[in-house]
Amino acid sequence: MTSPLNHLPSAKEVGTYDPATLASNFSDLHPPLTHRQAMIESQRCLYCFDAPCVEACPSEIDIPSFIRQISENNINGAAETILEANILGGSCARVCPTEILCERSCVRNHDAECQPVLIGLLQRHATDHMQFDGHPFTRAASTGRHVAVVGAGPAGLSCAHRLAMLGHQVTIFEAEQKPGGLNEYGIARYKMTDDFARKEVEFLLKIGGIDIQYGQRLGDNLELAALHQQYDSVFLGLGLGTSRALGLTGDEAPGLMPAVDYIKTLRQTDDLGSLAVAKRCIVIGAGNTAIDMATQMARLGATEVTLVYRRGVEAMSATDHEQEIAKANGVRMVTWAQPDDILLDSQGRVAGMRFAKTQEQAGQLIATGDTFEIAADAIFKAIGQGFEGASLRDATVAELARDGERIQVDDMLRTSLPNVYAGGDCVKPGQDLTVQAVQHGKLAAHAIHQALVAKQEAA
Amino acid sequence: MNTLNFTPPGKHNSGDNVVNGVDLSVNFAGIKAPNPFWLASAPPTDKAYNVVRAYEEGWGGVVWKTLGEEPPAVNVSSRYSAHYGKNREVIGFNNIELITDRSLEINLKEITQVKKDWPDRALIVSIMVPCNEEAWAYILPLVEATGADGIELNLGCPHGMPERGMGAAVGQNPDLIEKVTYWCKKHYSKPVIVKLTPNITDIRVGAQAALRGGADAVSLINTINSITSIDLDNMVAKPTVGHQSTHGGYCGSAVKPIAMNMVAEIARDPATPTLPISGIGGIATWRDAAEFIALGAGSVQVCTAAMLNGFRIVEEMKDGLSRWMAEKGYDSIEAFSRKAIPQTTDWKHLDINFKTIAKIDQDLCIECGRCYIACEDTSHQSIAKLTEQDGARRYEVIEDECVGCNLCQITCPVENCITMVPQETDKPFLAWDNDPRNPFRAAS
Repeated sequence: MTSPLNHLPSAKEVGTYDPATLASNFSDLHPPLTHRQAMIESQRCLYCFDAPCVEACPSEIDIPSFIRQISENNINGAAETILEANILGGSCARVCPTEILCERSCVRNHDAECQPVLIGLLQRHATDHMQFDGHPFTRAASTGRHVAVVGAGPAGLSCAHRLAMLGHQVTIFEAEQKPGGLNEYGIARYKMTDDFARKEVEFLLKIGGIDIQYGQRLGDNLELAALHQQYDSVFLGLGLGTSRALGLTGDEAPGLMPAVDYIKTLRQTDDLGSLAVAKRCIVIGAGNTAIDMATQMARLGATEVTLVYRRGVEAMSATDHEQEIAKANGVRMVTWAQPDDILLDSQGRVAGMRFAKTQEQAGQLIATGDTFEIAADAIFKAIGQGFEGASLRDATVAELARDGERIQVDDMLRTSLPNVYAGGDCVKPGQDLTVQAVQHGKLAAHAIHQALVAKQEAA
Repeated sequence: MNTLNFTPPGKHNSGDNVVNGVDLSVNFAGIKAPNPFWLASAPPTDKAYNVVRAYEEGWGGVVWKTLGEEPPAVNVSSRYSAHYGKNREVIGFNNIELITDRSLEINLKEITQVKKDWPDRALIVSIMVPCNEEAWAYILPLVEATGADGIELNLGCPHGMPERGMGAAVGQNPDLIEKVTYWCKKHYSKPVIVKLTPNITDIRVGAQAALRGGADAVSLINTINSITSIDLDNMVAKPTVGHQSTHGGYCGSAVKPIAMNMVAEIARDPATPTLPISGIGGIATWRDAAEFIALGAGSVQVCTAAMLNGFRIVEEMKDGLSRWMAEKGYDSIEAFSRKAIPQTTDWKHLDINFKTIAKIDQDLCIECGRCYIACEDTSHQSIAKLTEQDGARRYEVIEDECVGCNLCQITCPVENCITMVPQETDKPFLAWDNDPRNPFRAAS
């Protein structure tokens, strides 16, 4: 996957960090709470009524209740409270931007304290330490219905789990060889360490009634039309599989690659030292993927990492917290500049980039005419993921009504095709958040269930 | 030059009467001490080593752990347990330890030496012997010979000793309290303090009995019968001795409200109007001490707080109390002793026409909704839950419904956010005694 960087030295060869430091650079960014810390932190929760944190949680976890359960040392109870709203509560505890969701709305942010309850870490504490014999949830009596779920990412897994609970049989079709979607392939390694994503899916599947078929890709060896015909209902959790292009000449040059592809390799490798490292690199973008890319490159041993964004800091979609992480790792942030030209060396490999300075005029971003260059061995683009791509090669998917480039759904997560539902990043109301994808999957499962039950009653 | 050992006068760890310019000394029933902070009869006062350390830290007095007849008591292993708050703060403390398990001879010898070395500090000896005059007549002269300033009768120990006809077995019987006190006054010339047990229905009865017997003062409360927790795996209470447990004596912060009521009951009892009271029960801070003194205590005794934190706590107690006294213009402990008693009365004398209602400071409100759900579920449905245009929550008191119960103020996590505001009612003071709605008015 990192073949565009094959000409670059490995982290080991670069030698900025010895193997032990390298390993610790990718261990938990935010270490988990100890039992005592969790007990003390749980006491800080005021057990608000109609709590603002719950309103701020896209998956509607009953936060005051699970924190109270932690404070009573009822860890399994706390975990169950979390998981009944969000079966991927363990990964959400790690990847949720809590600083803009639950923790931002915590009443303890008010003047007297200015410090929210650490909800994310408490959620992690509960889900890390739960101990169930088997699975906490049981399946309803079989309905005899069979639902196809496309994509074993957070949306698809959440939908499948809830459908299984409701008594339906589920088959998941997954393009990759492993389940988990972005949890497996797309999250910064220090945010979700070891093989947590795999273990979480194993746990989820213990509900029973779900089988996963790997290497099944829409538009390739899988057809929506066939699924539509063969199954009682279909849920599409396709994600955003295509990295946007810069639209400059040299887009294929060695040394230039999508950040998500590099991160995917980084997450899967057993040998961090073997990864290609650009001592000087540029990351283009302003989202969490850009931050993850820049920070991880710095932690692998790059000495000059520059993140370039065409607008100002305040417009960056990466949260302040994420930006701080990047800065703390020595990432230089350059704003108000957009890619102008890819600079190549005599062998046609990336040697740097020329940027055009930008400014905003009457709401429009325009180039000022000034340019500057940054030398770099590699350029990582993290300018967003698109839906248009492989999936659209499937004729039936291509016919689905869309809103912008993403699939259009109603508030029941229904697409324009009867019995076909969609959720997660591939649909329009998506916020590109794992927790939102989980909620979509859950809501879609209930919508599917309701429709199937109604059909049964009508029959 | 040894500047490191310099101690400013009236400051750290000293036994000076004057701290921060305020005289903290007391003369409690004839027993003089540089300050009202005494250590109660308990493990911290079991031997000279501890008592000397306490004096070195600046404690004004010590009640030596209870002496008894020979042979000395024998204690079990595993003796204390706690009632914890969720952050492992000790709310209440429980013990099943008996009176001293050291020989009478050693204790008397140490008491004599300590008193000689520390003449300015109060040293009181706690005693518990069987309920017959011979036993008291035997031990009292021995104690008198030590030079200690007075004795405290342990008639309240709730465990171990009652089985032997001592401790609470005596303290729960007013006739025995009177009789034992009488013997003590007969065979001992210095002040006699009677320590009262709270394991009774009316604390005043014990105090009255002590006074009849000639007591110079009472001290209270002794510990309360308690079981603090159960080990649910092994189904046995704590502290666990082998595979069993027993009830112990409860003390620590949790008992303070109970102790304060009992102190006040005696202080405002017309039968014991001037009986000196040494207040005991959950005192851990200068404020606790000030509250006991305001309710009638002339000195205070501390045990649990010292056991949990060490003797050093007395420094802050003296410092805090003296600063507060200076701020309020009290130039002695006596100056504010019993100050809260005139305002402490029976329910029937309260003004039935008084009205107070809650007021929520919207600038301080953090919108947690705790006041709302508490009032809505369990009280008078007098808080409205509103939503502002920007989606913010707003809680408002429905003044016509509010009865002024204080629950919202109590449950509010923000200090001073909810205040209780007395209302003008244009109605005269009216006690229930005189209220026409009182069906027993004529009889009262």
